[in-house]
Amino acid sequence: MSLFSLVLVNLGRNKLRTALTALSVVVALFLFCSLRGVLDTLDAAIKVGSEARLVTRNAISLIFPLPPAYRERLAAQPGVKTVSWGNWFGGRDPVDPGDFYAQFAVDAATYFPIYASDIDLILADRPQGPGMVPAGVDPKLAAFFEDRTGCVVGEKLFRRKGWRLGQTVTVSGTIFPGTWPFVIRAVYRAKDPAFGEEALLFHWKYLEEKGMGGSGLVGWYVLELADPAAAGRVSRAVDALYENSAAATRTETERAFQAGFVSMYGNVPFLIGLIGFAVVFAILLVAANTMMMAARERTGEHAVLKTLGFDDRTLFLLVLAEGALLTFGAGLAGSLLAKLVLEGSGFNAGGLLPPMTVSWGTVAAGIAIAVFMGAVSGLFPAVRAARLQIVEALRKVD
Amino acid sequence: MAAVEVRNVRKVYRRDAQEIPVLDGLSLDIADGDFVALMGPSGSGKTTLLNLIGGIDTVTSGSIRVGGDDLSRLTGRALARWRSRHIGFIFQLYNLIPVLTALENVELPLLLVRMSPKERRERARVALELVGLGDRLKHYPRQLSGGQEQRVAIARAVVSDPAVLLADEPTGDLDRKAAGEILDLLERLNGEYKKTIVMVTHDPHAAERAHRVLHLEKGVLSN
Amino acid sequence: MALPISYNLRNLRQRPLSTLATALGVALVVAVLIGALALAAGFQAALVETGSPANAMVLRVGADGEISSSVTRDAAAILRALPDVAAGPDGRPLLSQDMVVLTNLDRRGQPGSSNVTVRGIDPAGLTLRPDVRIVEGRMFTAGTDEVIVGHRLPRRFADTELGDRLRFNQREFTVVGHFEAGGSAFESEIWGDNAVLMPALDRETFQSVTFRMRDPARLAQLERQLEADPRLGVQVQSERAFYAAQSQLLATVIRLAGILVTLVMAVGAIFGAMNTMFAAVDARTREIGVLLTLGFSPGAVMLSFVIESVLLALAGGALGCLLALPVNGITTGTTNWSSFSELAFSFRVTPAALVAGMVFAAAMGLVGGLLPARRAARQPLAASLRAK
Repeated sequence: MSLFSLVLVNLGRNKLRTALTALSVVVALFLFCSLRGVLDTLDAAIKVGSEARLVTRNAISLIFPLPPAYRERLAAQPGVKTVSWGNWFGGRDPVDPGDFYAQFAVDAATYFPIYASDIDLILADRPQGPGMVPAGVDPKLAAFFEDRTGCVVGEKLFRRKGWRLGQTVTVSGTIFPGTWPFVIRAVYRAKDPAFGEEALLFHWKYLEEKGMGGSGLVGWYVLELADPAAAGRVSRAVDALYENSAAATRTETERAFQAGFVSMYGNVPFLIGLIGFAVVFAILLVAANTMMMAARERTGEHAVLKTLGFDDRTLFLLVLAEGALLTFGAGLAGSLLAKLVLEGSGFNAGGLLPPMTVSWGTVAAGIAIAVFMGAVSGLFPAVRAARLQIVEALRKVD
Repeated sequence: MAAVEVRNVRKVYRRDAQEIPVLDGLSLDIADGDFVALMGPSGSGKTTLLNLIGGIDTVTSGSIRVGGDDLSRLTGRALARWRSRHIGFIFQLYNLIPVLTALENVELPLLLVRMSPKERRERARVALELVGLGDRLKHYPRQLSGGQEQRVAIARAVVSDPAVLLADEPTGDLDRKAAGEILDLLERLNGEYKKTIVMVTHDPHAAERAHRVLHLEKGVLSN
Repeated sequence: MALPISYNLRNLRQRPLSTLATALGVALVVAVLIGALALAAGFQAALVETGSPANAMVLRVGADGEISSSVTRDAAAILRALPDVAAGPDGRPLLSQDMVVLTNLDRRGQPGSSNVTVRGIDPAGLTLRPDVRIVEGRMFTAGTDEVIVGHRLPRRFADTELGDRLRFNQREFTVVGHFEAGGSAFESEIWGDNAVLMPALDRETFQSVTFRMRDPARLAQLERQLEADPRLGVQVQSERAFYAAQSQLLATVIRLAGILVTLVMAVGAIFGAMNTMFAAVDARTREIGVLLTLGFSPGAVMLSFVIESVLLALAGGALGCLLALPVNGITTGTTNWSSFSELAFSFRVTPAALVAGMVFAAAMGLVGGLLPARRAARQPLAASLRAK
């Protein structure tokens, strides 16, 4: 029998109490890591935005459009490799208006090549005709290019709605009123889960014809850079170019653009972090209390151990180890559980967040907190046990 | 009618798979107003017998009647109620509730009876005066000496006026002087107030005060 | 037949550290719950107060918010001429045809920017919304490039103090006043004259038309009448219903998230409370045996321990309410995804939230105390008298 097994035996003494204490620590850390995971997820969503691509939008706000005529001059900018554009469609599912998903009208010929490295096309309809696609476009999109009303949807959305390839999906326009049918011609899977697989993409020309009476206005431009280091220079150049025109622009890297959306949450991330700490503090307080109660009850035993020859230091370590071991084990379990459950299930708060990630940093932070609390709660009884006078303690025992 | 009638009582404890017989076919009678001392070595079953008489424990076989009531007929709630009316317990370690004052401790059994709070307090006060602690009503157990605590316990035992008092080593934890005071009190309760007393004890001085001494050895009476 | 409550209270006092720790655990859970409810309530209040049930609001059919709506001048003229539109004290119709757009402003003290609503109103727009009051500076002069800014904006966004200039395309607009609007969503908006703003922002149509109904009871009929008119292509609802719908999504999310977090927290806290009570039962084994010996029924003993647990939890609940109260009135803001624009609002701790907190605390005490209480009641009598 070693000291370690002595610690284990002590923990096994009152199994119910140990179990309850452990469970409350598991719950505390699970919650802490989940809440911090929300912050991790928002961070990851920002990081998914590329620094090698720029987004140009109207300087007033995203809801103001840009003239399509800008595309030539943007393409001609030094440092810009390709220009694409898109519009937010913002429609609703007429069958289930409460279920929100994003629809974008994009200039497919330029858009898909730019994002080719971010997605894989996992399902695609077969083209009727020769199956020609513009340069740089994945041939799997041939059927999509043939069909003016075709669309490409993300895998998560595809599966969630139970759609089939070739199926016609209807969207009710809100900004562009009317009923809009789209035919699913391909399905994409994102290489990085934070990129999102919940969008429906269709031809910009279709939107221009049907929704804008033939003279289209662009929502935003995407500029692919030849050299990512030139991002700052190119952004400033573009904005200076249009500073005094009817539609002034605001250009930033795609990452900054994404960060802008996240910053719209305002104080909420801060509040979430705060709650995380409150949670942990509350429950670990209670767990610490329990462990101190337990230790207090064994005063007599500790006295006996001392009569047998165990020294103060050993007793100190013994009692401390009990507390730390319990919280370490439970903290590890709770933190890992958060990571496994949330990431494994692809939990995304009903579409409000991208699929959740819980970083290893968060898991480590969780474990560290648990161990710290365990050490602190073990400290008082450990010191008491070390300082115990045998005679005093034995007198108290019946 | 005997206050206590024990007939052929067997009490067997089961621990894991083993059966441990504690009482083995015990029979005895205790008359009304008697003062009996139960003596015997450790493990002879004295406390078990006391518990059975008090309805705290149940027999494996045999029967016990107290004041004419067949204990095997009573269970659960009914048994508890019967006990509160007919039995007063006195323990070696007093067993007072530490967060209640002496008065409140003695009032406890009366909470089970319908009466006004005022009446309860009065009866408890009278009981405490009987045991000589009329000036310590508001004291908490930790503020009393061992002998005083035991007296409070006795007051609690008699406050609902039970016919039978069961005492388990009432002087076991007290010094000579305090023990003597407690035994004086018990004698008085038996002589003046006609309480039937069954007392388990190791102490020959205590046994001297009883009218009869019964010896228990290995679960049977040996005299 | 029951044990006195003073017994429980004194026992709680007997182990002060343990009692305090458990109560604090419960307190934090309750505080988080009340905080979440206060957040949702504040958010909803800001929006619900924005709308009056006596006003009708007209948007384009199919639009889910003002931003995606468009009402032509012709349609607005038709609406203006309706007999249902109440007349103001000056005899003119009490109707506002609003241009609503978003502008992206940099946050103050925080990185990033957010969308803020810019509303171009008619002069009638002010009388239509009677809670509006200028608190600093003055009202904008009609026909000029002056604007007023809701008083919740200057603290949170750049370029919104008196004298600051906001740039829209080639035109600059000067902030001449800050206004209050009864705690409603308007306090997070920028208002100007739509006759000036619309050309500046290249807007040819309005986003919404709002008017006071002469007879609010006629709303349903009015709805049917207008929605059936092919010249208009509109949807009609009361202004209050519109804003209530705008608050629905986010308020529900906040509440659900808050309740979820609280429930999980509660599980942990209940385990803690259970532990505390189990320890109490263990420590009082002999005492319980005595109570049973004296004749108290196991049910009475069980009830007593449950009550003790509930009392402990209620103390925690009261502490939690106290912890949560200071949050009342604190202003925060976020983007309301339904309108895609910033909404500043204050935490609102309602009596209902406090009651919910206390009830939740009691429930935690009940659940946490049940098993230990049962153990206390089921103790084998003889054995417990022998316990240490």
